[in-house]
Amino acid sequence: MIVALLGLHVVVGAATLAFSRRLGRLGLVLGAVPMVAVVAWLLSAAGGVLDGRPVVGTLEWVPSLGLSLDVRVDAFTFLMLLIVSGTGTLVVAYAWSYFGRGPEAGRVAGLLTMFAGAMVGVVVADNLLFLYVCWELTSITSYLLIGIDDQKAEARAAATHALVVTAMGGLVMLAGLILLGQQAGTYSLSGLLSSPPSGTVTSVALVLILVGAFTKSAQYPFHSWLPGAMVAPTPISAYLHSAAMVKAGVYLVARLAPAFADTGMWRPLVVSVGLTTMIAGGLRAFRPFDLKQILAFGTISQLGFMMVLLGIGRPETTAAGCALLLAHALFKAALFMVVGVVDHQIHSRDIRELPQLGSGWTSIKVAAVVGAASMAAVPPLAGFISKEMAYGSLVDGTGGDRLVLVGIVVGSILTAAYSIRVAVALVGPAAVRTEEPAPLVAPSPAVAFVAPPVLLTAATVVLGTVPLVWSGLIDSASGALNQWSPTHGPHVHLALWHGVGPALVLSIVTLAMGSTVFALRRPFARWQAALAPRTTGAEVYDGVVARVLSGAGRITAVVQSGSLPVYVAVILATAAAAPTVALVTGGWWSGWPDAYGRIGQLPVAALMVVAAVAATLATRRFVAAVLLGTVGYGMAIFFVIQGAPDLALTQFSVETLSVVVFLLVLRKLPDRFEKPAPAMGQPLRIVVSLAAGAFVVVMALAASGARTAAPVSQEMVEQAYPKGYGHNIVNVILVDIRGIDTLGEITVLATAAIGIAALARSSAKPRRSGVEHHRREVGG
Amino acid sequence: MRRSLIFDSTVRLVFDLAMVLSAYMLFAGHNQPGGGFVGGLVAGAAIALRFLMGDLRDVIGVVRFKPWTPLAVGLALAAGTSIWTVATGSEPLDHGAREFDVWGIGAVKVTTATVFDAGVYCIVVGLVLMILEAFADEIEPADDGEPGEVRR
Repeated sequence: MIVALLGLHVVVGAATLAFSRRLGRLGLVLGAVPMVAVVAWLLSAAGGVLDGRPVVGTLEWVPSLGLSLDVRVDAFTFLMLLIVSGTGTLVVAYAWSYFGRGPEAGRVAGLLTMFAGAMVGVVVADNLLFLYVCWELTSITSYLLIGIDDQKAEARAAATHALVVTAMGGLVMLAGLILLGQQAGTYSLSGLLSSPPSGTVTSVALVLILVGAFTKSAQYPFHSWLPGAMVAPTPISAYLHSAAMVKAGVYLVARLAPAFADTGMWRPLVVSVGLTTMIAGGLRAFRPFDLKQILAFGTISQLGFMMVLLGIGRPETTAAGCALLLAHALFKAALFMVVGVVDHQIHSRDIRELPQLGSGWTSIKVAAVVGAASMAAVPPLAGFISKEMAYGSLVDGTGGDRLVLVGIVVGSILTAAYSIRVAVALVGPAAVRTEEPAPLVAPSPAVAFVAPPVLLTAATVVLGTVPLVWSGLIDSASGALNQWSPTHGPHVHLALWHGVGPALVLSIVTLAMGSTVFALRRPFARWQAALAPRTTGAEVYDGVVARVLSGAGRITAVVQSGSLPVYVAVILATAAAAPTVALVTGGWWSGWPDAYGRIGQLPVAALMVVAAVAATLATRRFVAAVLLGTVGYGMAIFFVIQGAPDLALTQFSVETLSVVVFLLVLRKLPDRFEKPAPAMGQPLRIVVSLAAGAFVVVMALAASGARTAAPVSQEMVEQAYPKGYGHNIVNVILVDIRGIDTLGEITVLATAAIGIAALARSSAKPRRSGVEHHRREVGG
Repeated sequence: MRRSLIFDSTVRLVFDLAMVLSAYMLFAGHNQPGGGFVGGLVAGAAIALRFLMGDLRDVIGVVRFKPWTPLAVGLALAAGTSIWTVATGSEPLDHGAREFDVWGIGAVKVTTATVFDAGVYCIVVGLVLMILEAFADEIEPADDGEPGEVRR
């Protein structure tokens, strides 16, 4: 069933893309079908899955690689699917109004559906390689979605940035997944978790996997792609870059943590990276004036928070992390949608320019305030409950837990402060603006446009005030994760009121300190401007990319000098040197072969020697070509004498053709050889030529005496007719016994033919092919 | 370019003979000296001679195909044979044979190997045509047709 749902995403996505122009925004309706189907399936399967009976399914794909579409939906996957497909449906509904009759609606719809399918694949996959494939598919669809406005250089650059970082992390992760799979002897995720391997290789594998998760979830120091990705239209930001895709890294960490948290570097690495991200992202959220940028850094910060909670791998923190996953998806998607509505109606997201929102904007203002309050963990909202759980899970722990707790509290204080900044910007711009607000002339948004964020806000309020609604879901989800933990966790009881305890005190302190930071924002901003590092993550990325490109350019300049004599010299020297090493290190000399086989060979050999020596002394190119041809024909006569008509025939034909091609080339070249170019002097040329020649002689002598095993040709002779239906053994070898080789060789021939034509054309007609343009592309 | 009467006449005579010879080599090659590769080389050499005679446009004009068409046909034949052998349940390029009784000629044995060899033949001929096409500018002054267009 789940495999069928995955297929539905692919089919609907592809169909929507194929007819995107004709469908327009009707494509959004079509694209929502698979997401609604997943939600419907979730509701029908909820009973069993939440009671701890996972739904499994499988479809063979590449059995020889151990690659099968194993799917497994347990309660944690259920939670993720609810986020992915639930918010997905609302985002598509929101996009209906956002894009209006714009031309990109159809394409966005198809890509969003494709993305949703890949994301569903990531969370349902029970096979590491299947998971990896879906993981990279989310990166690719994200790339296409960020760059949806492909006329803008900024959008293309941001899309490439995101793809380079996440795909690089994905490749590192693939190495880790393969190491882990080989170590465990299985690529099944549940099999891996039920008997986790250990040891150095496993530790290394886990670090590699974590790198992949960190890049995907925009953790420091890989975070810089996420703020850039905000050039995408807001529905895409709301879905991919807050609710769904960036949670893939968190998902993987959450899956693996209960079984592997104690292995190697896992816990210190995850906790330190997560806390750094949480605090640094929170600090960075004060600097920009673009609302989407503020929310982007806020998302980075919250992802760090989730990373810490779910990466520790203890039942209590895991439960808090599950609650935060859902709470964050609700309030962050709602906030993004609110910002999108404002941007769409007023054409600005700059908090210094926003006007006072008047009548008709009440629902948007409420959604903004509730969303920001949930982000700041104000009771009685979903964000508050999850943060209470996080504090509660760490407050009774060891010294290390306390340290983590301090970090989380600092991060939460910053979160509260920038949440207030967002809320004030949207509701009371007077507090943050620098100029008088312009009178609001923009129309208030339509009901359909406002409905999705309002629905999400309502969910935030309901989950906050009636914790019983999601208590069972979070309990089952964390139970599904902790199943693999050495210590099974206690049941989770979400509650609005835990009584007066250290967690509540910390919550109050967080809110109070957050308000203080916001009140002191001007000195805080000055202090931050003075202390913050001068270079941003995006600049670091740009620097790295520029260095890599210039380094590659320098290496290319050295390796590809463009001088034909140098290329030939390198090839010949390598061909002479490498086998010589093998010759000298092995027992190679088994005596002189016979001087000659048949008497007729001697005059032919003499002719060939004379022609070869004369070719080196020739001063005219034409003469040299003819002399080389003579050597080749001599070789063909050798084959005739030896009784190999097939080889002789081939040799004759090849020589004839070579001479003809030589003649063609010679028309373009001067009649006589010039003095050697300074790139390689005459002495060096002679040395390389002599080395290559000497090597060929020695190799031939050594090889002719070195036969020890029975020749394989005997069997070929016997098999030629019964198996190959031919008496000509050479031909049977070519087309049957070594047929695959021949297929490869003729493919190379065809490629070479195209290359020859392209080369000759590009240099022959500078006006038509644009040599200048070509050079720029190659050199730049 | 100076033309030589002897050269031109010889090429005219040799060209047709060589093409027939190459076709014979292709089909006889499985049991006697020859085969697709040699056959293609012979045909290629004949075409190249014709080209030197300055007459290539006639050759290509008569058959009316682009130089890369034989490349594509050859690759399709060779790859198709490989896929066919796999699809019929044997190893890739493990060829099968079948005998037909053709009226007037007698028993004719057809093997998939011949089809594969025909692919090799086409690719070698295509390679030669592509090389000649690349140097064709030298024979005639370049006109302003599309790049890669064979002038007829």
